Amino acid sequence: MNYTNLTKIAVNALKRNKFRSILTMLGIIIGVGSVIGMLSIGQGSKKSIQDQISEMGSNMVFVMPGSQQRGGVMMGNSNAKTLTLSDVEKLKKEAQYLSAISPQVSTSGQAVNGNKNWPTSCMGVSSDYLSIRKYELEDGRIFTEKEIESLAKVCLVGQTVVENLFDKGVDPVGQTLRFSGIPLKIIGVLKEKGENGMGQDQDDLILAPYTSVQRRILAITHIQSISASAVSEDKSDEAIAEIETILRREHKLKEGEANDFQVRSQAEMIQTFSSVSDMLTMLLGAIAGISLLVGGIGIMNIMFVSVTERTKEIGLRMSVGGRGIDILMQFLIEAVLLSIIGGIIGILFGLGISYVATSLLSFPMIIMTNAIVISFLVCSAIGIFFGWYPAKKAANLNPIDAIRHE
Amino acid sequence: MEKTIIQVSELRKDYHIGEVTVHALRKVDMEIREGEFVAIMGASGSGKSTMLNILGCLDKPTGGEYLLDGVPMSKMNKNQLALLRNQKLGFIFQSYNLLPRTTALENVELPLYYNSKVKSKERKERAIHALDLVGLADRMHHMPNQLSGGQQQRVAIARSLVNDPVVILADEATGNLDTRTSYEIMELFQQLNDQGKTIVFVTHEPDIARFMKRNIVFRDGRIQKEVMVTNRHFATELIKNLPVEVDVI
Ligand SMILES: Nc1ncnc2c1ncn2[C@@H]1O[C@H](COP(=O)(O)OP(=O)(O)O)[C@@H](O)[C@H]1O
Ligand SMILES: [Mg+2]
Repeated sequence: MNYTNLTKIAVNALKRNKFRSILTMLGIIIGVGSVIGMLSIGQGSKKSIQDQISEMGSNMVFVMPGSQQRGGVMMGNSNAKTLTLSDVEKLKKEAQYLSAISPQVSTSGQAVNGNKNWPTSCMGVSSDYLSIRKYELEDGRIFTEKEIESLAKVCLVGQTVVENLFDKGVDPVGQTLRFSGIPLKIIGVLKEKGENGMGQDQDDLILAPYTSVQRRILAITHIQSISASAVSEDKSDEAIAEIETILRREHKLKEGEANDFQVRSQAEMIQTFSSVSDMLTMLLGAIAGISLLVGGIGIMNIMFVSVTERTKEIGLRMSVGGRGIDILMQFLIEAVLLSIIGGIIGILFGLGISYVATSLLSFPMIIMTNAIVISFLVCSAIGIFFGWYPAKKAANLNPIDAIRHE
Repeated sequence: MEKTIIQVSELRKDYHIGEVTVHALRKVDMEIREGEFVAIMGASGSGKSTMLNILGCLDKPTGGEYLLDGVPMSKMNKNQLALLRNQKLGFIFQSYNLLPRTTALENVELPLYYNSKVKSKERKERAIHALDLVGLADRMHHMPNQLSGGQQQRVAIARSLVNDPVVILADEATGNLDTRTSYEIMELFQQLNDQGKTIVFVTHEPDIARFMKRNIVFRDGRIQKEVMVTNRHFATELIKNLPVEVDVI
């Protein structure tokens, strides 16, 4: 028996039973489509959150004073004064896993330019801060070491501050604004960064040399926190351990004594948020799994019923010379064709769902190859098995018993 | 003497239904030669269909031997039997057994699909030729449900002819048809036999059996008697003499 003939026979049989063929494919389409769609929505939401957190900075590691703090890493300043500039110097010199480091002091206040004013916060940082937080310069320059040493009254401003203090078309660089009564010359403007994952406006800030903010505005000698970048995301844990070792030594903490500072990493934040969206993915995956099951049962049913219905046809085919293997191959080819066509439509359907859903929710569209492969294989396996198994039973009958089958 | 096509000796067939054993065939001996036109007759339940199914290799006997063209069937496996059905046998059922929603042409082509030596062009030509023989060339693209009972049976006959079998086996082939249509079908069989085809025809109607050359009468799974038909019916003449149907006004 040649396969051209068997394929023709199978295709004709599928055409003859259009309705049944379509129903079978529908089972596959729904199964495959929902798995791809659902998992892509789940993964998209996860990726979207991860992206937003990653956007906040590059492999950030934060050091905050005190040990009393609870809750989220970004929680406000404590009054503890355990961190100093010499800590920063030591970390800068000794830490192997940090690629950038900046002390941080900040204060909120009113920024004024002529008759316009705007409540914002002024952060005292070093020039590394831009790379740590992924800020980029739109115009102007960053402050120099010399300006830091000399407590220069210079600053960089974010887009929100620019919008609220300057008329459209006015170049802020070179202008002077006043913050908490202190005139600061604007030497640069930051590119817009938008909101972070928690809805905070990352463009509503003024950056100034940490020395200037520390001494001229706040008049303090300690620093409020330290921001740093680990050399890479997977070295975040090593970076944390290293910072702890160095700072414990610097702070002369005895063994058994609790840290008087806290170190957190961006990687930890990503993990926390990812675990939430992983749960979402699991939930959607469960729904998809149920659809797959329902689709599979549908395929199973139709295949089973159709072979029973078609036992007479099988008998007739055998009576004119079809061998058992020919019958089996015919049903197998039918099942494979249905699975492949249904599977492809299902994949397109799933991709359609994920395209529509992710663009509505403005998630990145993530195509999960393994979801495609697995759902396709599951549906095909069900389709092929339940196409093959009853056909095998029927093909084992005496031709006359198959023909007489009612 | 013509060559023996079918030789059956001490053939038995038992059916087991629960505790009960039905002896459908009890030690049947039979011989059919090339060019014969034999009726297997007998009352309902006498074992005619059982016999024909075994001759058609659609069923296996419980005991005895069946030689087709000199080859013992008891030695054949399933695939070899399928090959025989495909190339040496043509079977016609009382209920036509056409594939639904499939054109007459495709129904007739069916046996040739299972013969890989026949290419698609030849397959089509042979099927058209067979349909032509049964007078249905103009209906080849019709579906079974667009054909009358007689026409469907003609398609089935064309299907049994298409592989040029050594013997045609027909089981109550006129059982579902009215008198005139039955005669038309018998005319076709007589023509085929005149052209040299060996035909075994099962019927319980003595009237139909008179179209054959020889009658074998079954009773309770045994051959009761065998007779040569003396005053044979010829379908072409009988059809001429049938009263013309007048439309009721
Ligand atoms: N598949 C079967 N299972 C059980 N008994 C059967 C089967 N086929 C036929 N028989 C029995 O075998 C006997 C002969 O049947 P059959 O050959 O069909 O008779 P006929 O065709 O002469 O009317 C009957 O008694 C019938 O009941
Ligand atoms: Mg019968």
